[in-house]
Amino acid sequence: MTDAGPADGPVPSVVVIVGASVGGVRTAQALRRESYQGRIVLVGAESDLPYDKPPLSKQYLGGQWTAERVALLTEDAAKDAEIELRLGVAAEHLDVAGKQVVLSDGERIDYDAVVLATGSYARPSPWPVESGVHVLRTIGDSKALADDLADEGPVVVVGGGFIGAEVAATAISLGREVTIVDPLEVPVGRVVGNEIGALFTDLHHRNGVSTHFGTGVESVEGSAGDLTVRLTDGQTLEAATVVVGIGARPNDEWLASSGLLVDDGVVCDEYCRAVDAASVFAVGDIARWMHLGHGERCRVEHWTNAVDQASCVAHNIAHPDDLRPYRPVEYVWSDQYDWKIQIVGRPARGTGHQLIGDLGRPADPDAATPRAVALYSDGAGQLIGAVIVNWPKALIASRKLLAAGTAFADAVAHLEGLAAAAPQPVRTDT
Amino acid sequence: MAVLKADFEACQGYANCVVAAPEVYDIDDDGTVVLLKQEISDEDRAKVDEAVSSCPTSALSIED
Repeated sequence: MTDAGPADGPVPSVVVIVGASVGGVRTAQALRRESYQGRIVLVGAESDLPYDKPPLSKQYLGGQWTAERVALLTEDAAKDAEIELRLGVAAEHLDVAGKQVVLSDGERIDYDAVVLATGSYARPSPWPVESGVHVLRTIGDSKALADDLADEGPVVVVGGGFIGAEVAATAISLGREVTIVDPLEVPVGRVVGNEIGALFTDLHHRNGVSTHFGTGVESVEGSAGDLTVRLTDGQTLEAATVVVGIGARPNDEWLASSGLLVDDGVVCDEYCRAVDAASVFAVGDIARWMHLGHGERCRVEHWTNAVDQASCVAHNIAHPDDLRPYRPVEYVWSDQYDWKIQIVGRPARGTGHQLIGDLGRPADPDAATPRAVALYSDGAGQLIGAVIVNWPKALIASRKLLAAGTAFADAVAHLEGLAAAAPQPVRTDT
Repeated sequence: MAVLKADFEACQGYANCVVAAPEVYDIDDDGTVVLLKQEISDEDRAKVDEAVSSCPTSALSIED
Protein backbone atom coordinates (compact mmCIF):
# COMPACT_ATOMS: atom_id res chain seq x y z
CA MET A 1 0.00 0.00 0.00
CA THR A 2 1.24 3.46 -0.84
CA ASP A 3 -0.44 5.97 1.37
CA ALA A 4 1.59 8.81 2.75
CA GLY A 5 -1.57 10.23 4.29
CA PRO A 6 -2.34 13.71 5.44
CA ALA A 7 0.18 13.76 8.27
CA ASP A 8 2.43 16.77 7.72
CA GLY A 9 0.67 17.18 4.40
CA PRO A 10 -2.20 19.45 3.41
CA VAL A 11 -5.64 19.32 4.98
CA PRO A 12 -7.65 16.77 2.94
CA SER A 13 -10.26 18.21 0.59
CA VAL A 14 -12.67 15.26 0.76
CA VAL A 15 -13.42 13.30 3.93
CA VAL A 16 -15.56 10.20 3.54
CA ILE A 17 -17.04 8.84 6.77
CA VAL A 18 -18.25 5.25 6.62
CA GLY A 19 -20.88 4.57 9.26
CA ALA A 20 -23.72 6.92 10.23
CA SER A 21 -24.24 6.10 13.87
CA VAL A 22 -23.02 8.34 16.67
CA GLY A 23 -19.28 8.01 15.88
CA GLY A 24 -19.72 8.89 12.20
CA VAL A 25 -22.24 11.68 12.73
CA ARG A 26 -20.23 13.30 15.51
CA THR A 27 -17.06 13.13 13.38
CA ALA A 28 -18.84 15.00 10.58
CA GLN A 29 -20.19 17.63 12.98
CA ALA A 30 -16.86 18.00 14.76
CA LEU A 31 -15.07 18.56 11.44
CA ARG A 32 -17.30 21.58 10.83
CA ARG A 33 -16.65 22.79 14.39
CA GLU A 34 -12.97 22.57 13.56
CA SER A 35 -13.73 24.91 10.63
CA TYR A 36 -13.03 22.18 8.10
CA GLN A 37 -14.09 23.61 4.72
CA GLY A 38 -13.83 20.57 2.45
CA ARG A 39 -16.44 18.05 1.35
CA ILE A 40 -17.84 15.62 3.88
CA VAL A 41 -19.65 12.49 2.69
CA LEU A 42 -21.40 10.35 5.31
CA VAL A 43 -22.16 6.79 4.21
CA GLY A 44 -24.65 4.62 6.15
CA ALA A 45 -25.87 1.09 5.47
CA GLU A 46 -29.30 1.71 7.00
CA SER A 47 -31.86 3.74 5.10
CA ASP A 48 -33.18 5.41 8.28
CA LEU A 49 -31.77 8.83 9.10
CA PRO A 50 -29.02 8.55 11.74
CA TYR A 51 -30.37 7.74 15.19
CA ASP A 52 -29.01 7.29 18.68
CA LYS A 53 -28.71 3.81 20.17
CA PRO A 54 -28.72 4.08 24.01
CA PRO A 55 -32.51 4.70 24.20
CA LEU A 56 -33.23 1.58 22.11
CA SER A 57 -33.04 -0.65 25.20
CA LYS A 58 -34.70 1.94 27.47
CA GLN A 59 -36.99 4.87 26.64
CA TYR A 60 -37.59 3.98 22.98
CA LEU A 61 -38.19 0.31 23.74
CA GLY A 62 -40.53 1.27 26.59
CA GLY A 63 -42.55 3.56 24.32
CA GLN A 64 -41.79 6.80 26.22
CA TRP A 65 -39.67 8.23 23.41
CA THR A 66 -40.52 8.53 19.73
CA ALA A 67 -38.23 7.98 16.73
CA GLU A 68 -38.01 11.77 16.44
CA ARG A 69 -36.54 12.00 19.93
CA VAL A 70 -33.73 9.54 19.11
CA ALA A 71 -32.72 11.27 15.86
CA LEU A 72 -29.02 12.14 15.67
CA LEU A 73 -29.03 14.15 12.47
CA THR A 74 -31.99 15.48 10.51
CA GLU A 75 -31.89 16.17 6.79
CA ASP A 76 -32.03 19.88 7.50
CA ALA A 77 -29.16 19.72 9.97
CA ALA A 78 -27.09 17.75 7.45
CA LYS A 79 -27.85 20.32 4.77
CA ASP A 80 -26.97 23.25 7.04
CA ALA A 81 -23.64 21.66 7.91
CA GLU A 82 -23.03 20.65 4.29
CA ILE A 83 -22.78 16.98 5.15
CA GLU A 84 -23.61 14.86 2.10
CA LEU A 85 -25.64 11.81 3.09
CA ARG A 86 -25.40 8.44 1.28
CA LEU A 87 -27.83 6.34 3.28
CA GLY A 88 -29.18 2.86 2.62
CA VAL A 89 -26.01 1.75 0.91
CA ALA A 90 -23.25 -0.21 2.62
CA ALA A 91 -19.55 0.15 2.02
CA GLU A 92 -18.20 -3.09 0.56
CA HIS A 93 -14.55 -2.43 -0.02
CA LEU A 94 -11.86 0.07 0.87
CA ASP A 95 -9.31 0.66 -1.87
CA VAL A 96 -6.45 2.03 0.22
CA ALA A 97 -3.95 2.59 -2.61
CA GLY A 98 -6.58 4.17 -4.88
CA LYS A 99 -8.16 6.10 -1.97
CA GLN A 100 -11.70 5.05 -2.78
CA VAL A 101 -14.63 3.67 -0.83
CA VAL A 102 -16.59 1.17 -2.91
CA LEU A 103 -20.30 1.00 -2.15
CA SER A 104 -22.67 -1.94 -2.55
CA ASP A 105 -24.40 -0.23 -5.49
CA GLY A 106 -21.08 -0.04 -7.34
CA GLU A 107 -20.38 3.64 -6.72
CA ARG A 108 -16.76 4.50 -5.90
CA ILE A 109 -16.21 7.60 -3.78
CA ASP A 110 -12.80 9.23 -3.84
CA TYR A 111 -11.38 10.39 -0.54
CA ASP A 112 -8.37 12.23 0.78
CA ALA A 113 -9.11 10.98 4.27
CA VAL A 114 -11.56 8.26 5.27
CA VAL A 115 -13.04 7.64 8.71
CA LEU A 116 -14.12 4.09 9.49
CA ALA A 117 -17.05 4.18 11.91
CA THR A 118 -19.08 1.10 11.07
CA GLY A 119 -19.63 0.22 14.72
CA SER A 120 -20.61 -3.26 15.75
CA TYR A 121 -23.38 -5.76 15.31
CA ALA A 122 -25.17 -7.83 17.90
CA ARG A 123 -23.74 -11.30 18.24
CA PRO A 124 -26.48 -13.39 16.65
CA SER A 125 -28.60 -15.88 18.53
CA PRO A 126 -27.08 -19.37 18.28
CA TRP A 127 -30.59 -20.82 18.60
CA PRO A 128 -32.37 -20.41 15.29
CA VAL A 129 -36.13 -20.46 15.54
CA GLU A 130 -38.83 -19.19 13.24
CA SER A 131 -39.87 -16.19 15.35
CA GLY A 132 -39.94 -14.70 18.82
CA VAL A 133 -36.18 -14.57 19.43
CA HIS A 134 -34.68 -11.08 19.28
CA VAL A 135 -31.34 -9.37 19.36
CA LEU A 136 -31.16 -5.64 20.00
CA ARG A 137 -28.90 -3.33 18.04
CA THR A 138 -30.84 -1.29 15.48
CA ILE A 139 -33.98 0.80 15.69
CA GLY A 140 -35.70 -1.93 13.65
CA ASP A 141 -34.66 -4.50 16.28
CA SER A 142 -36.07 -2.28 19.03
CA LYS A 143 -39.36 -1.77 17.19
CA ALA A 144 -39.77 -5.50 16.58
CA LEU A 145 -39.02 -6.30 20.21
CA ALA A 146 -41.39 -3.59 21.45
CA ASP A 147 -44.15 -5.17 19.34
CA ASP A 148 -43.60 -8.56 20.95
CA LEU A 149 -43.30 -7.08 24.45
CA ALA A 150 -46.74 -5.57 23.97
CA ASP A 151 -48.17 -9.09 24.08
CA GLU A 152 -48.68 -10.63 27.48
CA GLY A 153 -46.55 -13.62 28.24
CA PRO A 154 -43.24 -14.27 29.95
CA VAL A 155 -39.96 -12.90 28.65
CA VAL A 156 -36.61 -14.68 28.92
CA VAL A 157 -33.50 -12.56 28.51
CA VAL A 158 -30.34 -14.48 27.63
CA GLY A 159 -27.31 -12.51 28.80
CA GLY A 160 -27.07 -10.62 32.07
CA GLY A 161 -24.84 -7.76 30.89
CA PHE A 162 -26.03 -4.18 30.58
CA ILE A 163 -28.18 -4.61 27.47
CA GLY A 164 -29.88 -7.65 28.99
CA ALA A 165 -30.39 -5.88 32.32
CA GLU A 166 -31.85 -2.79 30.66
CA VAL A 167 -34.21 -4.87 28.53
CA ALA A 168 -35.30 -6.78 31.64
CA ALA A 169 -35.97 -3.52 33.50
CA THR A 170 -37.99 -2.17 30.56
CA ALA A 171 -39.94 -5.42 30.09
CA ILE A 172 -40.97 -5.63 33.74
CA SER A 173 -42.01 -1.97 33.67
CA LEU A 174 -44.37 -3.00 30.84
CA GLY A 175 -45.91 -5.63 33.11
CA ARG A 176 -44.16 -8.70 31.71
CA GLU A 177 -42.85 -11.57 33.80
CA VAL A 178 -39.08 -11.58 33.25
CA THR A 179 -36.25 -14.09 33.78
CA ILE A 180 -32.59 -13.47 32.95
CA VAL A 181 -30.25 -16.38 32.17
CA ASP A 182 -26.46 -16.12 32.07
CA PRO A 183 -23.71 -18.76 32.25
CA LEU A 184 -21.74 -16.58 34.70
CA GLU A 185 -22.59 -16.67 38.42
CA VAL A 186 -22.27 -12.87 38.51
CA PRO A 187 -22.66 -11.51 34.96
CA VAL A 188 -21.73 -7.92 35.79
CA GLY A 189 -18.72 -9.23 37.73
CA ARG A 190 -16.66 -9.14 34.54
CA VAL A 191 -16.93 -5.36 34.65
CA VAL A 192 -17.14 -4.44 38.33
CA GLY A 193 -15.91 -7.53 40.21
CA ASN A 194 -18.09 -10.19 41.79
CA GLU A 195 -18.69 -8.46 45.13
CA ILE A 196 -20.14 -5.27 43.64
CA GLY A 197 -21.65 -7.29 40.79
CA ALA A 198 -23.74 -9.24 43.32
CA LEU A 199 -25.48 -5.96 44.26
CA PHE A 200 -26.62 -5.69 40.65
CA THR A 201 -28.12 -9.18 40.88
CA ASP A 202 -29.98 -8.15 44.06
CA LEU A 203 -31.34 -5.17 42.16
CA HIS A 204 -33.06 -7.50 39.67
CA HIS A 205 -34.61 -9.54 42.46
CA ARG A 206 -35.86 -6.46 44.36
CA ASN A 207 -37.61 -5.38 41.17
CA GLY A 208 -39.29 -8.72 40.63
CA VAL A 209 -37.03 -10.12 37.90
CA SER A 210 -35.92 -13.74 38.32
CA THR A 211 -32.38 -14.82 37.50
CA HIS A 212 -30.79 -18.12 36.50
CA PHE A 213 -27.11 -17.23 36.77
CA GLY A 214 -24.37 -19.78 36.45
CA THR A 215 -26.56 -21.63 33.97
CA GLY A 216 -26.25 -21.73 30.19
CA VAL A 217 -28.90 -22.14 27.53
CA GLU A 218 -29.01 -25.54 25.88
CA SER A 219 -31.64 -24.80 23.28
CA VAL A 220 -34.55 -22.57 22.32
CA GLU A 221 -37.49 -24.15 20.50
CA GLY A 222 -40.93 -23.11 19.32
CA SER A 223 -42.08 -19.80 17.89
CA ALA A 224 -43.25 -16.38 19.07
CA GLY A 225 -45.73 -16.70 21.90
CA ASP A 226 -44.79 -20.31 22.58
CA LEU A 227 -41.07 -20.77 23.13
CA THR A 228 -39.27 -23.25 25.35
CA VAL A 229 -35.83 -22.36 26.70
CA ARG A 230 -33.93 -25.41 27.90
CA LEU A 231 -31.14 -24.68 30.36
CA THR A 232 -27.90 -26.62 30.84
CA ASP A 233 -28.99 -27.62 34.35
CA GLY A 234 -32.02 -29.43 32.91
CA GLN A 235 -34.65 -26.83 33.81
CA THR A 236 -36.94 -25.43 31.17
CA LEU A 237 -38.47 -21.94 30.94
CA GLU A 238 -41.58 -21.11 28.95
CA ALA A 239 -41.42 -17.79 27.12
CA ALA A 240 -43.52 -15.75 24.72
CA THR A 241 -40.46 -13.71 23.78
CA VAL A 242 -36.73 -14.36 24.10
CA VAL A 243 -34.12 -11.60 23.93
CA VAL A 244 -30.52 -12.58 23.28
CA GLY A 245 -28.02 -10.02 24.57
CA ILE A 246 -24.70 -11.83 24.40
CA GLY A 247 -22.42 -9.07 23.22
CA ALA A 248 -21.40 -7.38 20.03
CA ARG A 249 -18.72 -7.85 17.37
CA PRO A 250 -17.00 -5.04 15.44
CA ASN A 251 -18.31 -4.51 11.91
CA ASP A 252 -14.88 -4.95 10.33
CA GLU A 253 -15.42 -7.91 7.99
CA TRP A 254 -15.92 -5.58 5.01
CA LEU A 255 -12.32 -4.44 5.48
CA ALA A 256 -10.83 -7.91 4.99
CA SER A 257 -10.21 -7.14 1.30
CA SER A 258 -8.55 -3.78 2.05
CA GLY A 259 -5.26 -5.17 3.29
CA LEU A 260 -5.52 -3.03 6.42
CA LEU A 261 -4.37 -4.63 9.65
CA VAL A 262 -7.58 -5.73 11.37
CA ASP A 263 -7.43 -7.62 14.65
CA ASP A 264 -10.74 -7.41 16.51
CA GLY A 265 -11.04 -3.86 15.19
CA VAL A 266 -8.92 -1.67 12.94
CA VAL A 267 -5.45 -1.45 14.45
CA CYS A 268 -4.61 2.24 14.91
CA ASP A 269 -1.86 4.43 16.32
CA GLU A 270 -2.37 6.89 19.18
CA TYR A 271 -3.90 9.42 16.75
CA CYS A 272 -6.56 6.87 15.71
CA ARG A 273 -4.98 6.42 12.25
CA ALA A 274 -4.67 2.94 10.82
CA VAL A 275 -1.11 1.81 11.51
CA ASP A 276 -0.58 0.94 7.85
CA ALA A 277 -2.46 3.78 6.10
CA ALA A 278 -2.16 7.34 7.36
CA SER A 279 -5.23 8.57 5.43
CA VAL A 280 -7.43 6.04 7.22
CA PHE A 281 -8.87 6.87 10.63
CA ALA A 282 -11.19 4.84 12.85
CA VAL A 283 -13.75 5.94 15.42
CA GLY A 284 -15.93 4.14 17.94
CA ASP A 285 -16.51 0.40 18.38
CA ILE A 286 -14.40 -0.50 15.35
CA ALA A 287 -11.19 1.28 16.45
CA ARG A 288 -8.44 -0.56 18.27
CA TRP A 289 -6.10 2.32 19.01
CA MET A 290 -2.97 2.82 21.09
CA HIS A 291 -3.99 4.41 24.39
CA LEU A 292 -0.77 6.03 25.59
CA GLY A 293 -2.09 6.35 29.14
CA HIS A 294 -2.63 2.59 29.34
CA GLY A 295 0.34 1.66 27.17
CA GLU A 296 -1.74 -0.80 25.15
CA ARG A 297 -4.22 -0.94 22.31
CA CYS A 298 -7.86 -0.63 23.40
CA ARG A 299 -11.24 -1.07 21.77
CA VAL A 300 -14.23 0.44 23.58
CA GLU A 301 -17.92 -0.05 22.71
CA HIS A 302 -19.38 2.91 24.58
CA TRP A 303 -21.31 5.99 23.48
CA THR A 304 -19.08 8.57 25.15
CA ASN A 305 -15.98 6.96 23.68
CA ALA A 306 -17.41 7.25 20.17
CA VAL A 307 -18.20 10.94 20.72
CA ASP A 308 -14.83 11.81 22.28
CA GLN A 309 -12.90 9.82 19.69
CA ALA A 310 -14.88 11.56 16.93
CA SER A 311 -13.75 14.95 18.26
CA CYS A 312 -10.15 13.83 18.41
CA VAL A 313 -10.19 12.37 14.89
CA ALA A 314 -11.89 15.46 13.47
CA HIS A 315 -9.18 17.58 15.03
CA ASN A 316 -6.44 15.37 13.64
CA ILE A 317 -7.91 15.48 10.14
CA ALA A 318 -8.40 19.24 10.17
CA HIS A 319 -5.03 19.94 11.80
CA PRO A 320 -2.46 17.52 10.36
CA ASP A 321 0.32 19.72 11.78
CA ASP A 322 -1.05 19.44 15.34
CA LEU A 323 -1.95 15.79 15.89
CA ARG A 324 -3.45 14.92 19.28
CA PRO A 325 -3.16 11.49 20.86
CA TYR A 326 -6.46 10.04 22.08
CA ARG A 327 -6.23 8.99 25.71
CA PRO A 328 -9.64 9.13 27.39
CA VAL A 329 -10.86 8.06 30.81
CA GLU A 330 -13.45 5.38 30.01
CA TYR A 331 -17.04 6.21 30.84
CA VAL A 332 -20.28 4.29 30.43
CA TRP A 333 -23.69 4.52 32.01
CA SER A 334 -26.61 2.15 32.40
CA ASP A 335 -30.07 3.00 33.68
CA GLN A 336 -31.81 0.06 35.35
CA TYR A 337 -35.00 0.37 37.43
CA ASP A 338 -34.39 3.25 39.85
CA TRP A 339 -30.60 3.00 39.60
CA LYS A 340 -28.55 5.34 37.49
CA ILE A 341 -25.28 3.46 37.20
CA GLN A 342 -22.06 4.94 35.88
CA ILE A 343 -18.72 3.23 35.42
CA VAL A 344 -15.56 5.27 35.07
CA GLY A 345 -12.06 4.05 34.23
CA ARG A 346 -11.26 0.35 34.35
CA PRO A 347 -12.66 -1.22 37.54
CA ALA A 348 -12.26 -4.69 36.00
CA ARG A 349 -8.50 -4.20 36.28
CA GLY A 350 -8.73 -3.32 40.00
CA THR A 351 -7.07 -5.44 42.65
CA GLY A 352 -9.24 -4.13 45.49
CA HIS A 353 -12.12 -1.78 46.11
CA GLN A 354 -13.93 0.20 48.76
CA LEU A 355 -17.66 0.93 48.85
CA ILE A 356 -18.72 4.33 50.18
CA GLY A 357 -22.45 4.70 50.79
CA ASP A 358 -25.21 2.14 50.91
CA LEU A 359 -27.03 0.31 48.11
CA GLY A 360 -29.59 -1.55 50.18
CA ARG A 361 -33.14 -0.44 49.52
CA PRO A 362 -34.92 0.69 52.66
CA ALA A 363 -38.47 -0.56 53.17
CA ASP A 364 -39.50 2.90 54.31
CA PRO A 365 -40.45 4.86 51.18
CA ASP A 366 -39.51 8.14 52.88
CA ALA A 367 -35.99 6.94 53.58
CA ALA A 368 -33.00 8.17 51.66
CA THR A 369 -32.43 7.15 48.01
CA PRO A 370 -29.76 4.46 47.86
CA ARG A 371 -26.54 5.96 46.62
CA ALA A 372 -22.95 4.79 46.64
CA VAL A 373 -19.60 4.82 44.93
CA ALA A 374 -17.19 1.89 44.75
CA LEU A 375 -13.61 2.99 44.19
CA TYR A 376 -11.07 0.55 42.73
CA SER A 377 -7.35 0.43 43.35
CA ASP A 378 -4.66 -0.98 41.10
CA GLY A 379 -1.74 -3.01 42.42
CA ALA A 380 0.35 0.13 42.85
CA GLY A 381 -2.21 1.93 45.03
CA GLN A 382 -3.54 4.24 42.32
CA LEU A 383 -7.22 4.86 41.64
CA ILE A 384 -8.06 2.83 38.52
CA GLY A 385 -11.85 2.94 38.32
CA ALA A 386 -15.14 3.78 39.98
CA VAL A 387 -18.72 2.52 39.92
CA ILE A 388 -21.28 5.13 40.91
CA VAL A 389 -24.98 4.64 41.67
CA ASN A 390 -27.45 7.54 42.04
CA TRP A 391 -24.81 10.03 43.12
CA PRO A 392 -24.08 12.80 40.61
CA LYS A 393 -21.47 14.60 42.73
CA ALA A 394 -19.53 11.37 43.23
CA LEU A 395 -19.64 10.78 39.47
CA ILE A 396 -18.09 14.17 38.75
CA ALA A 397 -15.49 13.74 41.50
CA SER A 398 -14.56 10.25 40.27
CA ARG A 399 -14.14 11.39 36.67
CA LYS A 400 -11.94 14.31 37.74
CA LEU A 401 -9.84 12.21 40.13
CA LEU A 402 -9.25 9.57 37.46
CA ALA A 403 -8.37 12.14 34.80
CA ALA A 404 -5.90 13.79 37.16
CA GLY A 405 -4.33 10.53 38.33
CA THR A 406 -4.94 10.08 42.06
CA ALA A 407 -3.71 7.76 44.79
CA PHE A 408 -6.46 5.36 45.88
CA ALA A 409 -6.25 6.47 49.53
CA ASP A 410 -6.63 10.14 48.54
CA ALA A 411 -9.62 9.29 46.35
CA VAL A 412 -11.29 7.41 49.22
CA ALA A 413 -10.70 10.35 51.57
CA HIS A 414 -12.14 12.74 48.98
CA LEU A 415 -15.31 10.72 48.42
CA GLU A 416 -15.81 10.09 52.15
CA GLY A 417 -15.58 13.84 52.64
CA LEU A 418 -18.22 14.29 49.94
CA ALA A 419 -20.50 11.78 51.67
CA ALA A 420 -20.12 13.55 55.00
CA ALA A 421 -20.71 17.00 53.51
CA ALA A 422 -23.96 16.17 51.71
CA PRO A 423 -26.51 13.83 53.30
CA GLN A 424 -28.38 11.43 51.05
CA PRO A 425 -31.39 13.12 49.51
CA VAL A 426 -34.81 11.88 50.55
CA ARG A 427 -36.62 9.68 48.04
CA THR A 428 -38.89 11.72 45.84
CA ASP A 429 -39.96 9.10 43.31
CA THR A 430 -42.52 7.26 45.42
CA MET B 1 -22.31 37.02 22.82
CA ALA B 2 -23.59 33.47 22.64
CA VAL B 3 -26.21 32.56 25.25
CA LEU B 4 -26.30 29.16 26.94
CA LYS B 5 -29.51 27.13 27.13
CA ALA B 6 -30.33 23.91 28.93
CA ASP B 7 -33.35 21.61 28.92
CA PHE B 8 -33.48 20.79 32.62
CA GLU B 9 -36.15 18.14 32.10
CA ALA B 10 -34.07 16.28 29.52
CA CYS B 11 -30.87 16.36 31.59
CA GLN B 12 -30.05 13.01 33.16
CA GLY B 13 -26.88 14.03 34.98
CA TYR B 14 -24.42 12.06 32.86
CA ALA B 15 -21.89 14.86 33.46
CA ASN B 16 -20.14 14.78 30.09
CA CYS B 17 -20.59 18.57 29.96
CA VAL B 18 -18.81 19.00 33.31
CA VAL B 19 -15.84 17.06 32.00
CA ALA B 20 -15.76 19.03 28.73
CA ALA B 21 -16.28 22.52 30.21
CA PRO B 22 -16.06 22.53 34.03
CA GLU B 23 -16.04 26.32 34.28
CA VAL B 24 -19.34 26.51 32.41
CA TYR B 25 -21.38 23.51 33.60
CA ASP B 26 -21.96 21.75 36.92
CA ILE B 27 -24.44 19.11 38.12
CA ASP B 28 -26.43 19.60 41.33
CA ASP B 29 -27.21 17.01 44.02
CA ASP B 30 -30.32 15.90 42.13
CA GLY B 31 -28.32 15.24 38.97
CA THR B 32 -29.52 18.26 36.99
CA VAL B 33 -27.23 20.54 35.03
CA VAL B 34 -26.36 23.96 36.46
CA LEU B 35 -25.24 26.77 34.14
CA LEU B 36 -22.35 28.57 35.81
CA LYS B 37 -22.43 31.24 33.11
CA GLN B 38 -25.26 32.75 31.09
CA GLU B 39 -23.13 33.92 28.20
CA ILE B 40 -19.86 32.66 26.87
CA SER B 41 -16.93 34.34 25.23
CA ASP B 42 -15.45 33.27 21.90
CA GLU B 43 -12.56 31.87 23.91
CA ASP B 44 -14.81 29.35 25.69
CA ARG B 45 -16.76 28.54 22.56
CA ALA B 46 -14.83 25.46 21.43
CA LYS B 47 -15.09 23.79 24.83
CA VAL B 48 -18.78 24.57 25.11
CA ASP B 49 -19.46 23.24 21.60
CA GLU B 50 -17.70 20.08 22.68
CA ALA B 51 -19.86 19.89 25.83
CA VAL B 52 -23.05 20.41 23.83
CA SER B 53 -22.18 17.65 21.37
CA SER B 54 -21.19 15.24 24.14
CA CYS B 55 -24.55 15.43 25.94
CA PRO B 56 -26.24 12.02 25.65
CA THR B 57 -29.72 13.55 25.96
CA SER B 58 -29.14 16.62 23.73
CA ALA B 59 -30.13 18.79 26.68
CA LEU B 60 -27.68 21.60 25.91
CA SER B 61 -27.68 24.27 23.26
CA ILE B 62 -26.17 27.65 22.38
CA GLU B 63 -28.08 30.59 20.96
CA ASP B 64 -26.07 33.07 18.97
